[in-house]
Amino acid sequence: MRSPGYASDPDIRELVAFRTAGQDFCIDILSVREIRGWSRPALLPHAPAFVQGVINLRGAVVPILDLAKRLGLEPIEDTDRNVIIVAAIQNRTVGLLVEAVTDILSVPASGVQPTPDLASETTRNMLRGVVVQDSRLIRLLDVGQLLPQADEAAA
Amino acid sequence: MSLRILAVDDSLTMREMLRQTLTEAGFDVVLAEDGIDALQQLPDVAPDLILTDLNMPKMDGFGLIDAVRKGDVSPRVPILVLTTESAATLKERARSSGATGWITKPFDEQSLVSTIRRVAAV
Amino acid sequence: MAGAVDLKDIFFVEADELLSALEEGLRAIQTGTQEADTVNAVFRAVHSIKGGAGAFDLKALVGFAHRFETVLDSLRSGRLLPEAALLGALLHASDHLADMISASRQGGSTDSELDERVILALEALSGGEGGAKEEEAFVFEPLALDGPFGMDLAAVPLVFGARKVSVSFRPHAGAFASGHDPALLLRDLCGIDEAEISLDQSALPEPGVFDPGQSYLGWVVTLQTERSDRDVMAVFDFIDGCCDLTLTGEASADPGLAPFAEPVAAPDLFAPPSLLPEARSQDPAQGAKPQNSASAATPAPSPLTQGATTTPRPTIRVDIDRVDRLVDILGELVIHQAMLTEAIEQSPGFGSVDVDRSLDQLRQLSRQIQESVMAIRAQPVKPLFDRMHRIVREASMAAGKSARLVTEGEATEVDKTIIERLADPLTHMIRNSIDHGLEKAGRRDELGKPTEGVVKLSAAHRSGRIVITVQDDGAGIDRDKVRQIAVEKGLVSATAELSPQEIDALLFLPGFSTATEVSALSGRGVGMDVVRSEIAGLGGRVGIASVRGQGTTLTISLPLTLAVLDGMVFEAAGQTLVLPVSHIIETLRPEAAMRHNLGLKDSVLDVRGRCLPLIDVGTALGFRRSLKPGEGEIVVVVERGDDGAIALMVDGIRDQRQVVIKGLEANYGQIPGIAAATVLGDGSVALILDPTDLAAAGSLPARPHISLAAE
Repeated sequence: MRSPGYASDPDIRELVAFRTAGQDFCIDILSVREIRGWSRPALLPHAPAFVQGVINLRGAVVPILDLAKRLGLEPIEDTDRNVIIVAAIQNRTVGLLVEAVTDILSVPASGVQPTPDLASETTRNMLRGVVVQDSRLIRLLDVGQLLPQADEAAA
Repeated sequence: MSLRILAVDDSLTMREMLRQTLTEAGFDVVLAEDGIDALQQLPDVAPDLILTDLNMPKMDGFGLIDAVRKGDVSPRVPILVLTTESAATLKERARSSGATGWITKPFDEQSLVSTIRRVAAV
Repeated sequence: MAGAVDLKDIFFVEADELLSALEEGLRAIQTGTQEADTVNAVFRAVHSIKGGAGAFDLKALVGFAHRFETVLDSLRSGRLLPEAALLGALLHASDHLADMISASRQGGSTDSELDERVILALEALSGGEGGAKEEEAFVFEPLALDGPFGMDLAAVPLVFGARKVSVSFRPHAGAFASGHDPALLLRDLCGIDEAEISLDQSALPEPGVFDPGQSYLGWVVTLQTERSDRDVMAVFDFIDGCCDLTLTGEASADPGLAPFAEPVAAPDLFAPPSLLPEARSQDPAQGAKPQNSASAATPAPSPLTQGATTTPRPTIRVDIDRVDRLVDILGELVIHQAMLTEAIEQSPGFGSVDVDRSLDQLRQLSRQIQESVMAIRAQPVKPLFDRMHRIVREASMAAGKSARLVTEGEATEVDKTIIERLADPLTHMIRNSIDHGLEKAGRRDELGKPTEGVVKLSAAHRSGRIVITVQDDGAGIDRDKVRQIAVEKGLVSATAELSPQEIDALLFLPGFSTATEVSALSGRGVGMDVVRSEIAGLGGRVGIASVRGQGTTLTISLPLTLAVLDGMVFEAAGQTLVLPVSHIIETLRPEAAMRHNLGLKDSVLDVRGRCLPLIDVGTALGFRRSLKPGEGEIVVVVERGDDGAIALMVDGIRDQRQVVIKGLEANYGQIPGIAAATVLGDGSVALILDPTDLAAAGSLPARPHISLAAE
């Protein structure tokens, strides 16, 4: 999915844009392993609410995080039109449940603006900044923050 | 055609080290774990040179040299002894058994290769 | 250099093997069970470690191994007798050598003073043998090739100005027998400088008496060179003694190097330096000598007959990653075979005998492949057991007790990963046996027991599982004391009625320790509870049995593999889950009368007079709050590690099949009550329950310590 221009121009970042709970987000394409349709996960006992369960991804057991719940947004409709963005986060493979993938963006580093102060603390901690594209505000997620920080100390 | 060397050592580490060093130097390398193993492989391998350790189980280096020299298969192949031993008495014994030369471990890669080139025909 | 790193890895792997051979050999000598070659094998082990260590410039290791080897050489030659004290010191040195190697492996080193103490203690017992080094003291030199090309050429005096050197060279018949090729020597001479070669065939006999085994030819080589005589003669160092050799040169600038006045060949290749070339050449016995000395040295073996009797079965070494990859692929195969079966069974045409038979064969084949792959991963427990001898030596010494380890079933094969992860629990169990199980020698004497205690370690395959036992002939468990301690620590109520088995099981409770004084060994903060959880992590169970005055037996039961298990697939709260068949005692549909409530929410099931805790799987896992009609009507009775059993309520049982074990740790974390996950025939994930953990999981708060959940 990388465009030829990517490697030659280190200033340009490619971002996968998607939509969930009515908001636009994006993550760095380098952390995206694949995008796949929804399949019913097996529930995990005693898991936090944003952990939907686990699915089989070519033989590996991968947990699915409901991104809307993780960010404290309105719950999204439970439908098989939802998609899973499989991302590599700190040596783990994790699926992010979102409503739809919308775009692949090429953005110069200068195109990423700091997160406005208005955002709530929970949301702001998980954002690296925002990108404005075609009058849409797209939130750049800090995927490392999606996993709890305590996890790193414990691991 | 590259020289074919039968390297005999009971130590896996040494065998691997010899395999790597000698292969890199462009030799064909066949490995044996002890004298018996070497003798069994000898007819198939038909080496241009044998490089052998002295202290080995089942059949040691002296036994191997002796058996090769008295045997029917490649009795005149050059045999270099490669060992940590350096006692003059052992060297003399190896020489009288019919060893062609003596190299002391740990060996220097270049010297090993040039010594082999000196005693084996290309 | 990547290659060098790999070689070092190989060295350490090999060193481990050599260390076990060393220790095993020393133990055999100690117990008088050695064979003819044992002392040699022990010597060779240290010798090979020295050789490898030298190649990697591990100086401390080389030095230690060399002095160790010197003592072993004395033992080998009969100058030293294998007395108890010497063997003790040898074993100690062997243990220390193992420590040094393991330190080197980590890139560090052991305390050099300690190294010295250990080896000096050994040398003291060997009559100061090693203290005064022999003339052949091992000197570590990375560049130690004999012969001119190994020498620092800068150190060889050069004679400036070209001069004429004439070399007359006539090989003996023995030279050819020793693998020398005159052509190569001539080539080397020509390599020095400009050379003229003339052939001397004056000795050639008449064709009729020509003997192809003899040497008749000679050469005279005339060189124009700046090199010294020594340089020129260096070409002949290997063949030295197998030829007539004379060198006549124009005046050399170095008077010390006058030809023939002293050895001109480079440092003794074979010949003692005092022999002059002519003297050697006149030695008529030269040709006959090799046979005599060699056959005296080694019983000239006939290669073929000897080979036939000693050939080991051929083996190959395979990178473990390749085998793991095979295991992974096999897992996929098992899953897809299940998928295929499911798809065919649901298709309209199902019922054909041919298809059914093929599916069945596919199932059998995949099971056979699986068993074969598992056999590749399987290794004998012997190396693991061998390591325990050292534990017994050290633990008994520290505890001031006398003990010996007896092993049984060392050839039993277990999955490599299981073996690796057994070392710690086994070490702890054995220390525990010596610390708490065995009595001191004096006490044993009073009791009429042999003063030396015995710890028996055994392994066996039993009904699809591996059973490992650690048995001591000590005092057995003092149940009154165990109970008293458990009460004092608030682990059980003072009024609780406990069966002997239940009291024994108290030892596995976290925080339990029977040692009234914390000993240096077992007081390391690990109790039997840690052993139990480590074994549980391998899908195994620990049991304990004890007879007062006769000893205690700890039994570990483990699955054969960590990759696949036979599972019962069932439903609970709309989820598909798997229970390991090995834990299941029975399945039943209980009547209401069998169920009794205890307190508000706990209930028990009366199974033929035995009251078992009754747990709904769906509730315990937090999937539902209560049961609706029709749910939880089937009960699976499973055993727990401590010989107890629990009754699990489930909604329905699907089938029993092989499932591939998929870890949850890599991408998520550990979950109480869940052992792992698997992938079913339809591609969905099902969790594999750990029944021993399930009861505890039910009472946990909603957010346990799992990595993703920890906030």
